[in-house]
Amino acid sequence: MAECHICTKDLNVWYHDEQALKKITLEIPPRGITAIIGPSGCGKSTLLKSLNRLLEETEGVRVTGQVLIDDVDIYGPGVDVTEVRTRIGMLAPKPFPLPMSIYDNVAYGPRIHRQRLFLKQGRPRTKGNGSILDQVVQDHLQVAGLWDEVKDRLRSPASRLSTGQQQRLCLARALAVEPEALLCDEPTSALDPISAQRIEKQLQALKADMTIVVVTHILRQARRLADYVVFMWLGELVEAGPAAQVFNSPRDERTGNYLAGITG
Amino acid sequence: MSRRRAEETIAKVLMIGATVTVLGSLVLILGTIVWRGLPALNLEMLTQTPKGGYYLGKEGGILNAIVGSFYLAGGGTLLALVISLPIALYLQIYAARTRRAELARLALDVLWGIPSIVYGAFGFIIMLAVGMRASLLGGIITLALLELPIIVRGMDEAITLVPNALREASLALGATRLETAIKVVIRQTAPALLTAVLLAFGRGIGDAASVLFTAGYTDRLPDSLLSPAASLPLAVFFQLGTPFPAVRERAYAAALVLTVIVLAISLISRRLAGRLTKHVIR
Repeated sequence: MAECHICTKDLNVWYHDEQALKKITLEIPPRGITAIIGPSGCGKSTLLKSLNRLLEETEGVRVTGQVLIDDVDIYGPGVDVTEVRTRIGMLAPKPFPLPMSIYDNVAYGPRIHRQRLFLKQGRPRTKGNGSILDQVVQDHLQVAGLWDEVKDRLRSPASRLSTGQQQRLCLARALAVEPEALLCDEPTSALDPISAQRIEKQLQALKADMTIVVVTHILRQARRLADYVVFMWLGELVEAGPAAQVFNSPRDERTGNYLAGITG
Repeated sequence: MSRRRAEETIAKVLMIGATVTVLGSLVLILGTIVWRGLPALNLEMLTQTPKGGYYLGKEGGILNAIVGSFYLAGGGTLLALVISLPIALYLQIYAARTRRAELARLALDVLWGIPSIVYGAFGFIIMLAVGMRASLLGGIITLALLELPIIVRGMDEAITLVPNALREASLALGATRLETAIKVVIRQTAPALLTAVLLAFGRGIGDAASVLFTAGYTDRLPDSLLSPAASLPLAVFFQLGTPFPAVRERAYAAALVLTVIVLAISLISRRLAGRLTKHVIR
């Protein structure tokens, strides 16, 4: 991998006294889908959450090492954590719509960021924002493949959508902030196969323009989606490389055993 | 097998017994109040302040106590709410599971357990120290102190139940903790927050001891924050203590009014809470 969008250098994470990630040095290339695979409890989600600093919302977490996004350490001094999370979006395993309408869910991110922008610049809100926001909401609901199903009930509570629709809403919500990368933590684990397939399709459509990192313990899903694969085992990064290489000729015995179904 | 079945029967009987005891007490209380209070209740009672000979069972009503109670409990609840919401949010959003927060919770629980007469005495001492007379303002502040721990702990418990993943969903979009608290956590917990506030209001409007020294009692409607204010619980208390049956009946009428207010508040809060749950994520 020549260029690298998100890199980690000697990343260590502890939950209280237990070390969850051990000296992870990783390069995630720009665009395309990088799949992080490995058995449960190997640190996949921890690694993912360390990339947008959501990890520090968990109690008793300690992080050392670096996470570089475009060569800037997001754990460095003076880094605005909200800016990091604005640039690096996230899709959680179980969809959690915000307690508001479908429209407001998608508009949530754009609204808070516009507010903050205006607070900084001291400019009054320009008129006609409503229609711009309407367009933003529509665009992203369309990209997430949800628009046709909800266009007539944008003001109804998001909680009334089905789980599969909710996950697509969460996708639209994340995209509305216009992140440069999207972290997906087992994004289809709570979904039925049809809904899961739709999410996968949308991710594949998005990968031309953004860096997508998918944590999954479904090997078949990783095979379908991944351009690059990262294999983790008990908090260690065992192997990383282009999907074809890792799947077809793994260099490490542990990767081979896992892929062959002998372990994990 | 028969022993286990016997145990089952005994347990069932005990549970039914407990339920009947509670519901029975409620019916008895309501029945007594209605039976004794209803005859004395008329439009005059609700719309007039005590007139000449009131305390001998003649003219006038308890409007002073009704209005005073609404002012006292309303003001006290509002004041308590204004102070409580930031405390509850701070405990959950910024302090979370720190020792500081645990200490604050302990303090609030202790405050919750302090009898209201102690609040009344405390308020009275403070008022003496600053040269304030028994007044609406004194009563409102004392009631706010009494209601504060109820509201904060109620909100605190409600906010604890907000799924972490919901907060993270907001944070992951680049929201700050404050934005998350105001736009997501408050909306998610709105029904429970409302319940906490109305619970406190109910406690406040029904409390006699804390307003006894601090708000005093008067026959007139309070015309400023610094004038004394009557209240329904004290109206009950004073009138039950008289030797005149007609006045004692009025005490039951006042108790009936108080009960109806509390009942109405809890019915309204149920409706409102139901409406607020529309957006809540489960």
